[in-house]
Amino acid sequence: MEQKTLILGVIGADVHAVGNRILDYAFTQAGFKVINIGVLASQEEFIQAAIETNADVILVSSLYGHGEIDCRGLREKCQESGIGNILLYVGGNLVVGKQDFAPVERLFKGMGFDRIYPPGTMPDVPIADLRQDLGLV
Amino acid sequence: MQAVLLVDFGSTYTKVTIVDLETERIIGTAQAGTTIETNMMEGLHQALEKIPEPQGGWQFVRKLACSSAAGGLKMVASGLVKELTAEAARRAALGAGARVLQVFSYELSASDQEKIVALKPDILLLAGGTDGGNKEILLKNAEHLAELPFSIPVVVAGNKVVAPQAAEILKIRHHPVVVAENVMPELNVLAVDSARLAIREVFLDNIIHAKGLDKAEEFMERVLMPTPAAVLSAAELLAQGFDDEAGLGELLIVDVGGATTDVHSLAQGEPSKPGVMLKGLPEPYAKRTVEGDLGMRYSALALGEAAGKRLAKHLGWTEEKVHRQLELYVAEPWRVPESEEESSFDTAMGRLAVELAVERHVGRIEVVYTPFGASYIQHGKDLTPLPAVIGTGGVLLRNSRPLGILEGAVFNPAEPTLLKPQEPEFYVDKDYILAAMGLLREISPLAALRMMKKYLVKI
Repeated sequence: MEQKTLILGVIGADVHAVGNRILDYAFTQAGFKVINIGVLASQEEFIQAAIETNADVILVSSLYGHGEIDCRGLREKCQESGIGNILLYVGGNLVVGKQDFAPVERLFKGMGFDRIYPPGTMPDVPIADLRQDLGLV
Repeated sequence: MQAVLLVDFGSTYTKVTIVDLETERIIGTAQAGTTIETNMMEGLHQALEKIPEPQGGWQFVRKLACSSAAGGLKMVASGLVKELTAEAARRAALGAGARVLQVFSYELSASDQEKIVALKPDILLLAGGTDGGNKEILLKNAEHLAELPFSIPVVVAGNKVVAPQAAEILKIRHHPVVVAENVMPELNVLAVDSARLAIREVFLDNIIHAKGLDKAEEFMERVLMPTPAAVLSAAELLAQGFDDEAGLGELLIVDVGGATTDVHSLAQGEPSKPGVMLKGLPEPYAKRTVEGDLGMRYSALALGEAAGKRLAKHLGWTEEKVHRQLELYVAEPWRVPESEEESSFDTAMGRLAVELAVERHVGRIEVVYTPFGASYIQHGKDLTPLPAVIGTGGVLLRNSRPLGILEGAVFNPAEPTLLKPQEPEFYVDKDYILAAMGLLREISPLAALRMMKKYLVKI
């Protein structure tokens, strides 16, 4: 079966590099082709990378609480760029402080994300979801 | 004596360099107007006659040439995303010594096709998609290019999965179609060497004949490469050294001409300070940029525009006076400064051309404020620790104050984000031999290196 390609990166003015490395390792081990655009990544960089590599999914990390501002409009830009149907996953500390996760999930669903993960999620959860969403199981 | 004849058929001048391989000396240099319209050999012979012939006539052991005559090597490149494969394709073409007329991104539209027809490039470079990445763009653009009304040599350097298929489509219309390795095999990995080689092969096998340069080959052995490729090759040799003979280390070459200012850097350009993150597409070790609006004669008016008020301010002239002088240069591209005042104008102009061209060539630092404090991101090459800057080009070499011009390449504390060399040594290519040494490298790299070290003058 053809290897599935995913774009991985930390969005916005966020410099958290350690989790990014861990996710890179975990998804690579799980058999995906990981295109890691690293930290301080803009929405445009995610989209350009996805177009050029014909990626199946964009995985956005945000650890510093500004995820909502940074992620808003990403789905619309994907649509505008011709990859409107691409899977969008997001996870990390998406909002400031400890908040109830259900409204956060609703918020990001409304922004067009397919899967939203709370703080402390282990990599095998999104890996299992991804296999399901891509029809690999 | 082992005389070697090295000729650069330039757009304006045919430049002849004769060297003795045995003693590693320059026997003579001369130039005459290029005669591409009639027979290139006329200009060459006129130049040759200016060098005193030894008894018994010249016995050349080798006769090599490079050329930027007949418009140089004109290329059009295309890729998928403007900042990614399209940019990688542009860099590959520049590195091969081409004049890049235009770069297209995404699917070629009908108007893009019309533009290509109007531009009549010598070679098309088709890129798009990383290996295993996007496939549609290469195939679609191959189909569009196959609809062009005439044949153009094409180099395909895109997604390897579909490159052969794209080549088959292109062959319906175009000849030759050469497949090279992808200019961007992985995201943000630049691999331009294979495409550069393919471009050079097409140049040798097809373009020379198409431009009528092969007339020169009845007398010369071979027109080996476009002139900018020869200069870049010489620069690479001079930077890296050969065998036990050390080079100068990382360096920058600024070629100030009448129509363009070319900048070549031979440097890794990694961040020189700790805590700086490199972002974006990495740049090639041997990087060349061409500024079409920064020439000292043909494009003097464009230079005046790019420089804005700086030229008038620098000289203390009125803007009207500056404009008149610029117009004079465009009208008389062969003009050599005739007065002290004109000479200082020439120097100021050259300095601005160098300043702007190097500004556009070097990398820059961007400060990003995060909740954890400031972060520093570098785009492009950090050339601040670069030890050597070398000046060449007709206008620069004829100027009485080449140092005044070259100092435009130096780091400016008022613009600390531009990573220009901070304390370089300056050299000039006094005898105008860099292109010739790039040719000589093909047969004797050691001699070419030693001669460059001997004949480049520190100022």
